[in-house]
Amino acid sequence: MDINDLRGLSTLFLMISFIGLCIWAYSGKRRKTFDEAAQLPFADEEMNQRTMREDVRND
Amino acid sequence: MTELNSALEHPTYNYKVVRQFAVMTVVWGIVGMLVGVWIAAQLAWPALNFDLPWTSFGRLRPLHTNAVIFAFGGSALFATSYYVVQRTCQVRLISDKLAAFTFWGWQAVIVLAAITLPLGYTSSKEYAELEWPIDILIAVVWVSYAIVFFGTIARRNTSHIYVANWFYGGFILTVAVLHILNSLAVPVDMTKSYSIYAGTVDAMMQWWYGHNAVGFFLTAGFLGMMYYFVPKQAERPVYSYRLSIVHFWALIAVYIWAGPHHLHYTALPDWAQSLGMVMSIILLAPSWGGMINGMMTLSGAWHKLRTDPILRFLVVSLSFYGMSTFEGPMMSIKTVNALSHYTDWTIGHVHSGALGWVAMISIGSTYHLIPILFGKEKMYSIDLINVHFWMSTIGTVLYIASMWVNGIMQGLMWRAYNQDGTLTYTFVESVVASHPGYIVRVAGGAIFFAGMLVMAYNLYMTARRDASEDQPASAAATAA
Ligand code: HEM
Ligand code: HEM
Repeated sequence: MDINDLRGLSTLFLMISFIGLCIWAYSGKRRKTFDEAAQLPFADEEMNQRTMREDVRND
Repeated sequence: MTELNSALEHPTYNYKVVRQFAVMTVVWGIVGMLVGVWIAAQLAWPALNFDLPWTSFGRLRPLHTNAVIFAFGGSALFATSYYVVQRTCQVRLISDKLAAFTFWGWQAVIVLAAITLPLGYTSSKEYAELEWPIDILIAVVWVSYAIVFFGTIARRNTSHIYVANWFYGGFILTVAVLHILNSLAVPVDMTKSYSIYAGTVDAMMQWWYGHNAVGFFLTAGFLGMMYYFVPKQAERPVYSYRLSIVHFWALIAVYIWAGPHHLHYTALPDWAQSLGMVMSIILLAPSWGGMINGMMTLSGAWHKLRTDPILRFLVVSLSFYGMSTFEGPMMSIKTVNALSHYTDWTIGHVHSGALGWVAMISIGSTYHLIPILFGKEKMYSIDLINVHFWMSTIGTVLYIASMWVNGIMQGLMWRAYNQDGTLTYTFVESVVASHPGYIVRVAGGAIFFAGMLVMAYNLYMTARRDASEDQPASAAATAA
């Protein structure tokens, strides 16, 4: 076992992390959370409207 | 007290700092690209140096790169990240004062750069030319930026951190680390310092910084933009949120390793060059994953491209992103790099990323933002946006096509040998052969630059407060 074995193992570690990441991201359990998250850009119109109103009043 | 209560019950966003940065995006875009056109013209007609030290190519070139990357691109990133983090976390920036400091601090950095670079003060590290006092100011502003950004995320009113913020966050964090480590230097006096790195280590540090400046400043930050503004403008959620997560982690994990492709056939150890090459080729996958995710967001809404030039800006920027991230891995292959390195091919690659991707997505996002930030329903003229779109596209194509031709020609001329082993062409013959390409580039650059002037006019007319148009808030509603 020398430093080169560690270097080789690091490739394996990265590969496992990547596969793990894909399984995590694509697991059915998280579908709902992610579907909700994807809607976030459309979820705050009210506060945007209010800001636009106040900004017009202020300047 | 009542005022305070109503602010708590009816919170608003800080659009002031976003507005300031958005306007400066256009201003610095014009300045930086004007200098770009000027240096492009110098390469075609060297007399435009005017025989003055302050206007010589060597001093104006870093002025161009600093102005377009950090002033234009930087302002666009500040504006959009402050906007996106507030809207997707549904909370105001944690500190208006600190946000204002980042605005004025960043503008001060840019002005200092514009003064010191033509005077010839430089650390001579590419994309990190500024001398140490300015570097310290950058570090302070950047840390403040990180505090505002991550502080706002910490106080969010949503359970999930939207993916755009991951990209912006990765960009902010990595640039802080890159800037501080790469700029470590021993000052001699106020205007001169020496890097603590030397020799091959210096080169490696420089391109670890330089490549990740590309990967995180010019890519990750703008991908944050993509993940908010493409869905928003197309009015549909991102194609695959899961893919966006894999995209993020894969991209940041791979980019960090690709720097050595800038140092092929140098004193850098061979294994490090090969590592850089392999990682660069792998980088194609996450890059295209992201591009496809952005493009497919439009599926079912392609017809909008016919009528919406803002969306067109965003989608064409993604195509150029796909193109430059295909070209990049190809140029990383050592045998290809043996041809492309030191030639105009590299310059063409740079600008297909810089004009096609970075500038076009910033312009599209800014057009989306301006009406909202000025309380208007839409931009003063949609037709002018369309004109700008075509000018940008034609300008970019002229620029990169001429540099491809020049680059491949130069590479082939430099490596041509006679039978007796002597070089077929002298260097200056390759310069003469490049002249037509340089003129085409000036034309393309000038068209792209003129498009920015069209944008400035459109911005001015939109922002103008003429009483008849002054809308009570509800009318402005549809804008967002
Ligand atoms: C009107 C538009 C532009 C023109 C005419 C232009 C022109 C030029 C020229 C002539 C050079 C020097 C090339 C050489 O040394 O051979 C250059 C370099 C560079 N420009 Fe631009 N530019 C423009 C816009 C931009 C934009 C918007 C960006 C970034 C967002 C950008 C980023 C760069 C970079 C990074 C380099 C250095 C490339 C290297 O060292 O390989 N440029 N540009
Ligand atoms: C997968 C993605 C990419 C890879 C693998 C890649 C690879 C490369 C390679 C091999 C070079 C030439 C190095 C040399 O011969 O000196 C290069 C130069 C460059 N690339 Fe990329 N590229 C990628 C994407 C991008 C993007 C999207 C941008 C801009 C927005 C960009 C900006 C630059 C710049 C500024 C340089 C010139 C650096 C210098 O010499 O000053 N690259 N890239």
